[in-house]
Amino acid sequence: MFNLKTTPFHERTSKLCQPQNWRKWAGYFVAGSYEHTLDREYWAIRNAAALIDVTPLMKYVIKGKDAAALLHRVTTRDIYKMKVGQIYYTGWCDDEGKMIDDGTVSRLDDSTFRLTAAEPNLRWLTMNAAGMDVQISDVTDEVAALSFQGPNTRKVLNLVCEKPVDELKYFRLMTNTIQGVGVTISRTGYTGDLGYEIWMDNNDALKVWDALMEAGADYGITPVGILAMDMARVEAGLFMLDVDYTSTTHAWIEAQKSSPFELGLDWTVALDKPGYFVGRRALEREKREGSAWKMVGLEVDWDGMEKIYKQVGLPPQIPGMAVRASLPILVGSVQVGYASTSSWSPLLKKYIALAHLQRPYYEIGTEVRMEITVEHHRQYAPARVVKLPFYEPEWKRR
Amino acid sequence: MISSNTYDAIIIGGGHNGLVAAAYLARAGKKVVVLERRHIVGGAAVTEEIFPGYKFTEFSYVVSLLRPEIIRDLELPKHGLKILPLPSTFTPMDNGDYLASWDDHDLTRREIYRHSPLDAEAYDEYSRVMARAAKAIKPIINLIPPDPSSLHPRDLFNLLKLGQYAASLSEKELYMIAKLVTQSSADLLEEWFETDALKGTKAASGIIGTFLGPRSPGTAYVLLHHYMGEIDGAFRAWGFAKGGSGGVSGAIANAARALGVEIRVNSPVKQVKVKSDPSTGSGQARVTGVVLENGDEIDSKVVMSAADPKRTFLQFVEPKHFPDEFVTAIQNFRVRGSSGKVNIALSRLPRFTALPDEPALYRGAVSISPSIDYIERAYDDAKYGQISRRPYLDMIFPSMIDPDMAPPGQHVLSCFVQYAPYDVEGGWTDEKRNQLGEAVISTIEQYAPDIRECIVGMQVISPKDIESIAGITGGNIFHGELLLHQIFFLRPVPQWADFRTPLKGYYFGASGAHPGGGVMGAAGMLAAKEILKDGF
Ligand SMILES: Cc1cc2nc3c(=O)[nH]c(=O)nc-3n(C[C@H](O)[C@H](O)[C@H](O)COP(=O)(O)OP(=O)(O)OC[C@H]3O[C@@H](n4cnc5c(N)ncnc54)[C@H](O)[C@@H]3O)c2cc1C
Repeated sequence: MFNLKTTPFHERTSKLCQPQNWRKWAGYFVAGSYEHTLDREYWAIRNAAALIDVTPLMKYVIKGKDAAALLHRVTTRDIYKMKVGQIYYTGWCDDEGKMIDDGTVSRLDDSTFRLTAAEPNLRWLTMNAAGMDVQISDVTDEVAALSFQGPNTRKVLNLVCEKPVDELKYFRLMTNTIQGVGVTISRTGYTGDLGYEIWMDNNDALKVWDALMEAGADYGITPVGILAMDMARVEAGLFMLDVDYTSTTHAWIEAQKSSPFELGLDWTVALDKPGYFVGRRALEREKREGSAWKMVGLEVDWDGMEKIYKQVGLPPQIPGMAVRASLPILVGSVQVGYASTSSWSPLLKKYIALAHLQRPYYEIGTEVRMEITVEHHRQYAPARVVKLPFYEPEWKRR
Repeated sequence: MISSNTYDAIIIGGGHNGLVAAAYLARAGKKVVVLERRHIVGGAAVTEEIFPGYKFTEFSYVVSLLRPEIIRDLELPKHGLKILPLPSTFTPMDNGDYLASWDDHDLTRREIYRHSPLDAEAYDEYSRVMARAAKAIKPIINLIPPDPSSLHPRDLFNLLKLGQYAASLSEKELYMIAKLVTQSSADLLEEWFETDALKGTKAASGIIGTFLGPRSPGTAYVLLHHYMGEIDGAFRAWGFAKGGSGGVSGAIANAARALGVEIRVNSPVKQVKVKSDPSTGSGQARVTGVVLENGDEIDSKVVMSAADPKRTFLQFVEPKHFPDEFVTAIQNFRVRGSSGKVNIALSRLPRFTALPDEPALYRGAVSISPSIDYIERAYDDAKYGQISRRPYLDMIFPSMIDPDMAPPGQHVLSCFVQYAPYDVEGGWTDEKRNQLGEAVISTIEQYAPDIRECIVGMQVISPKDIESIAGITGGNIFHGELLLHQIFFLRPVPQWADFRTPLKGYYFGASGAHPGGGVMGAAGMLAAKEILKDGF
């Protein structure tokens, strides 16, 4: 029967996934979690080595004389400055400077790039490539990907890889060999910890998985599902398409769209780069005039929470996973924004949220109130705007 | 003196629109009678057991446009309405493969991706653009159509509202709408897609109920019209009513009866009674009731026709009561039927060669539309008075969706066929009807070679039969083509698109009125609301 795809790791992951909580991700099934509670998986990311199947990420190989020109035109980064082996995180926009999607660009060689994306973008790339000497291939279904995250991952990779990864810098990539299998390893991830992403041919997927699991056994390697990763990415201040922002191609109304500035991606918008890029004029205008919204971090005040819960005779009740529900944010009694993802941070022991606030309330330190439901009643927990990320270990970039 | 044969309002025609109008009037406290010529109500939305045990959703077969507010206002679920999901569309292709789409976005993308990665994305974007355009056009549908040439305050007000609304749309949306009303569906689809079966299947919904081909301008709008369906607030969903389309009419009839409506079947109306009204001074005429074919008379100051426009304005009332240009306009109203229906009782399901292991797809629609050219060629035959040798077919297996439609283990198949011209060369005879049936079966046979072995019984309905059975003059499924010059304030006739007519007390609320055909109920509901506004 026609169904969604399973990833090349399914043979392993399906045996390990105890709760059988398969999640749909870009036309694939992936494990929500491998255990019934998320604790161990979360702590594997923060304390050991988490092995996460991220195959469903959209992957495009862009090749040809004009490959750099195409990506320079489509994304907000200065692709001409990019070195071979380097990786950029970037968003890309429509002509009105509103975000379509976000992902990473890797320069594999002078005229070959790999772009990852959350949603299909082949059409958008193809439309922008009119008249260019470039081939765009969707390799999503041919390239398997593992995200290997946590402080012990370097040690494990050094055990299984032919070449050591010690010299591999943050947001760089290298080719390597694991069990005789050629792989690309990038120092990237979606957790804000030390971490790598390993790219390989589908046919080699199980070999690599097995090698890592074996070598990692003494280092706390743990298969981790996307639910625990979701908690880690909130701590890292990383947003998610369709959860924390809406692609312009999905938006029904203007108000649903976001610019890169509004999402806090100022550092990725290279307005000083040469030539045209999609959305340039609108982004220049926004830069001049300032943004109406901004995505910020919110820390909910624990004492304030306790007080509210105490009124009904309870200690604070916080969901043990990231919650993808929109929660109104108020100043006084006026709504000034909303939180799009909120989560308990097991490491920080804080209730945190990614929130979208209107000017001028997005300034760091602003005191706001976040709506919470306490015993079926609407309440407002005091919270404060903080700088993102919530958590950034010093070994992330070292 | 009020006799038992006097009513606040008489509704001619017990199609679903007539029943909806009656229910709304009764809900406002009026004493209403519905007069239906057939032995059953429902009009083109009926279910009949032509072969014992096999229930045919005889004409209309899928629902999507039925207005949700009607479902709520008339509490139709309480009266038996259930709209079951029709989760997929399956198009067998000439190379033995198939193209399918599901109500699940990821599944559909995966499937289209098999054929064309670019189309998989374009499909998404196209659906969103069409849904946005449908959303943009929808408020216009709900408005009583203004007459742009009139100075009547109501028209001016509505025109203003329409103008304000249009101004609230983005440039892109207006551009899209402008394109949709001028382009052919083939032109529109070729801008988006490269897969033939995908274009063919999409194009098909742009020609349904018209005497046009996918390359005829204006068909892009019809595409949009079919995008406007709404079930429980979900755009675009097509469903199948429990019990077939008769299930919809049955629920509306039950609701109407519960509100006090009297429904008389076997009561064909011969004529509307008219008398000159001295009170108007000008001698303007007004209605006083109706005369049935059997000579019985029923009195009322309000008569609404829910039959087709030709009957309503050229048959029930003598033309002398209408202005000349009005009569001419009705005479020019295009009601050429171009589609037929073949309903088949099956001993078992046929096997589509393209579907070795996808039984789930039998629960959705099966579309024989391998390419735009295929449909255009089918149209070419019809243009010159022939039945399409290889027609476009839109099929469902109602018994796969609602098991009560056929005896256990057996099935029914509903095939909508286009083109079968009303004015077929030599006229519709039994021989022609057989030819239509054979065109359908041999077309299905291309994709499901064992179809003949499964057939237990077959009903072939030509446009002429639509006319004689359902009582729709010309046999057009929408009582008049949904062409640009026949919609909004132009339907049925410019200046008279607000359900009123030049004859006082005479109203018109069926598929030939705004906003058009389909099991939608909107014309009936809107007409009833206008009647109530006039006060009586
Ligand atoms: C073959 C076919 C397939 C279709 N498929 C679909 C579909 O899948 N989905 C969809 O939404 N729509 C479909 N339609 C269109 C839809 O069925 C019609 O637009 C709708 O049912 C018309 O409803 P109505 O109430 O306006 O008129 P009708 O249902 O035509 O009702 C008019 C009624 O008036 C009665 N009448 C006529 N003359 C007299 C008289 N002198 N006295 C008393 N009564 C009279 C008739 O008997 C009839 O009952 C289809 C139509 C046909 C013919």
